[in-house]
Amino acid sequence: MNWDVVIGLEIHTQLATKSKIFSGSSTQYGASPNSQASLVDLGYPGVLPVLNRDAVCMAIKFGLATGCQISPRSIFARKNYFYPDLPKGYQISQYELPIVYDGCLEIVLEDGELRTIGITRAHLEEDAGKSLHDDFRDHSGIDLNRAGTPLLEIVSEPDLRSATEAGIYMRAIHTLVCYLGISDGNMQEGSFRCDANVSIRSRGEKKLGTRTELKNLNSFRFVEKAIQVEIERQINVVEDGAEVVQETRLYDAGSNTTRTMRIKEEANDYRYFPDPDLLPVIIEDKLIEKLRSELPELPDAKRNRFISNYALSETVAEELTSTREIGDYFEEAVKSQPSVPPKQIAKLIQRELTEALKKNSLNIKKSKVPPEIIAVLASKIQDNSISSSAASAVFEELWRTDSSIGVSNVIEKLGLEQISNEGAINTMVDDIIAQNPEQAEQCRKGKDKVIGFLVGQVMKISRGKANPQQVIQTLKNKLRGE
Amino acid sequence: MHEATIAQLAQELKSRKISSQELTKHFLERISRLDADLNAFITITQNDALAQAKAADARLASGEGTPLTGIPIAHKDIFCTKGVKTSCGSRMLDNFISPYDATVVARLKQAGAVMLGKTNMDEFAMGSSNETSFYGPAHNPWDRDTVPGGSSGGSAAAVAARMACGATGTDTGGSIRQPAAFSGVTGVKPTYGRVSRYGIVAFASSLDQAGTLTRTAEDAALMLQIMSGPDELDSTALPNLVPDFCKALKDPWENITIGVPDNFFDKDLDPNNAQLIRDALSVFEKLGATIKEIHLENIHLSVPVYYVVAPAEASSNLSRFDGIRYGYRAEGESGNLAEFYMRTRGEGFGAEVKRRILMGTYVLSAGYYDAYYLQAQKIRQLISQDFSRAFEDVDLIAGPTAPTPAFSIGQKINDPIQMYLNDIYTIGAPLAGLPALSTPCGLVNNLPVGLQLIGPHLSEERLLKAAHYFQQETDWHTLVPPGYFE
Repeated sequence: MNWDVVIGLEIHTQLATKSKIFSGSSTQYGASPNSQASLVDLGYPGVLPVLNRDAVCMAIKFGLATGCQISPRSIFARKNYFYPDLPKGYQISQYELPIVYDGCLEIVLEDGELRTIGITRAHLEEDAGKSLHDDFRDHSGIDLNRAGTPLLEIVSEPDLRSATEAGIYMRAIHTLVCYLGISDGNMQEGSFRCDANVSIRSRGEKKLGTRTELKNLNSFRFVEKAIQVEIERQINVVEDGAEVVQETRLYDAGSNTTRTMRIKEEANDYRYFPDPDLLPVIIEDKLIEKLRSELPELPDAKRNRFISNYALSETVAEELTSTREIGDYFEEAVKSQPSVPPKQIAKLIQRELTEALKKNSLNIKKSKVPPEIIAVLASKIQDNSISSSAASAVFEELWRTDSSIGVSNVIEKLGLEQISNEGAINTMVDDIIAQNPEQAEQCRKGKDKVIGFLVGQVMKISRGKANPQQVIQTLKNKLRGE
Repeated sequence: MHEATIAQLAQELKSRKISSQELTKHFLERISRLDADLNAFITITQNDALAQAKAADARLASGEGTPLTGIPIAHKDIFCTKGVKTSCGSRMLDNFISPYDATVVARLKQAGAVMLGKTNMDEFAMGSSNETSFYGPAHNPWDRDTVPGGSSGGSAAAVAARMACGATGTDTGGSIRQPAAFSGVTGVKPTYGRVSRYGIVAFASSLDQAGTLTRTAEDAALMLQIMSGPDELDSTALPNLVPDFCKALKDPWENITIGVPDNFFDKDLDPNNAQLIRDALSVFEKLGATIKEIHLENIHLSVPVYYVVAPAEASSNLSRFDGIRYGYRAEGESGNLAEFYMRTRGEGFGAEVKRRILMGTYVLSAGYYDAYYLQAQKIRQLISQDFSRAFEDVDLIAGPTAPTPAFSIGQKINDPIQMYLNDIYTIGAPLAGLPALSTPCGLVNNLPVGLQLIGPHLSEERLLKAAHYFQQETDWHTLVPPGYFE
């Protein structure tokens, strides 16, 4: 039988406020345990929460960017359960009236198809602390630095139809919150994590199947893998004649399987009720308009603009708008060399810069080659001063040394000026034909593939400096009289 | 010295006729002599008190200070006091030394008031007799076999027995006014939000309000002047600026209309109490007030509504007492996490607290939330609207504070319903967030009886003024419990 898959994601993103959502403690990651936990975060007797206005503004920005309704009045509620890393015995969250609701996000599937994913709601809540089970013999440690860090929980409609789609959607939300500057999106530090609700139903069936919830998926790769194995598990269960049980499951990356965490009967009754310590959040139109005017250009708009302004392909535009910073870098480079086709600059960024940044685990803001230098390098390819393979070596040298010595100086230092001199190229081509008689013969007979081999040989003896277009032309001319 | 009011002592301190150190030593001596029989104090902070008195004297000597500078007062043990045990009357917090001061405590400290100690109370303010305290019941100075009322029983007994010039209290369903009535003192519960809740161990957050137990309305005005006002640490504290309460007392009398709910004079009300309330109303009539009978349609539902809303909030507020970070922790390490919680909370909380946690957990549970919690909130709205409607026609509402004078220790402690019904007249005001007070209005069988006045939102000036004028015409508030003159 064929199966349809239905997935909805609940993404928890930490908001990039300086202080916590209900106290003045710092939200900085990595401090020594419990050094950033005030009496409010520790849940001392008598203390009271005071709402951080910045967190509210960030949530509204997210709502505006996803076309959500902004609640003029929203309510904080208490979600009651006992756990040592939940100091008050309840989490302050939003339940019945979330701050924003009813929006959507457009995603681009692998085949280029556009899909609109509904966003049911996004609500503000406080993060819990952390339990540390490995560091102490026979005991658990509790670190409450994270307790009270603001979270925006973004709940999607069950609109996703495959593990891959879920991954694409999660990335799109990640890109968006980073663009908006409302989260640092750092997944290693837990700033961005997600739960997935997964179910299957026979193809064409309208009714939803029984869902399972996969908890705490903290990387894009895990989201896709976990959902994929869970889909397969559910299909096996049903095809074996059994039924999927509603439960919460955990993904184990080591064995690439999911296992039961708790079944429905064990689920907490959270006894939500409005938190009497906090007033309703009243949002006036004036604030919404102010925040709207502060919104940056969003990924979709930027991608479309890159395609139309810079004649980039969909995929290149997608990559160059994957973060706000890479887009800015690209546009600065383009602006500094208006005569160079943006495509040429884009190629260098994709091929050289992205690699170098990845290898050195650097953010583009820390790039050792600034945008105006990469633009100059592109101009050198454009005017045939160097070949694109030589550009690679030049880039490496620029990265390694102080890039301010200038692109021309580096080219000269490395002796990589492109050879476009007809005589020199003729000589090299003759040598290669003489050294490879067999291949030359095949080429004469019309085997196009072999031309590539011969060009490669010329490039090799020229140490990448020969103008490849000219080499091809010369080879064809000598062997086929073209 | 203990016979004087705060207002009188403030003059004598200012004119340097007496020193705060003399005054403080005098009260500490009274506490050490009298409190063994009354159990009004959980903690006596003798050394801190003397140091604060010394500092107050220095401040007064330089011509500075406030009317409270050098005045010895006591705090209900529900207020967090930095460096001092804050037990909330519970074994759960018997070992808890607060690392910070409640806003109320900080403001009174700032004003130069001297803290004598922390007063006894029902455990987590859950009770109407002070009998649920982990530290044993406080006794009523008028008759030590009777209760002083609760939950602010220790504060009421301390002020009645002249062991403190005034005391702080908190009122959730009557916890200031009822003990004030039972102990023959003046108890004021301001408008919800008038005084910050920051640093008050929470019982029912939407109802809890700090106030005062003093000898006179004027003394209450002096203390509330310092305690009230916006607080950025409490989002529910009202932003309204605080009027000059003391000045309001001295304004000329205006002819107000006082509403008397017919439903307050029901079968529950002791006929002797009822007579004293009628006598008190005639005092107001003599002053020129118009007395008008009113009807509060839904007030009879206030006790059941209260016993849904307050336990619901309490069940959540008390979740933080889990033995992990502070407070009582069960011995031994056997068992899993849930068992550890159960042992800690099972041993740390008393019976009444457990009863209310259970009730509150129940009414918030899936399937019962709508039937209990939501329904109670709706009725709470109706009760509120009844008051609003009444205040379109009247300036204040008057009635009894409690149905009877103080009852005997042990009389109701095993009958929760009877105990809860004791708050039948006081619960309405906090449900509607309204200010209210109790002032002494007579004796029945040598036990004090209180007159309750309820005002509209933020009408503390009007309320205090009415009580002050009443106290000018009567002397019930000046009576000293027999045996406590000396």
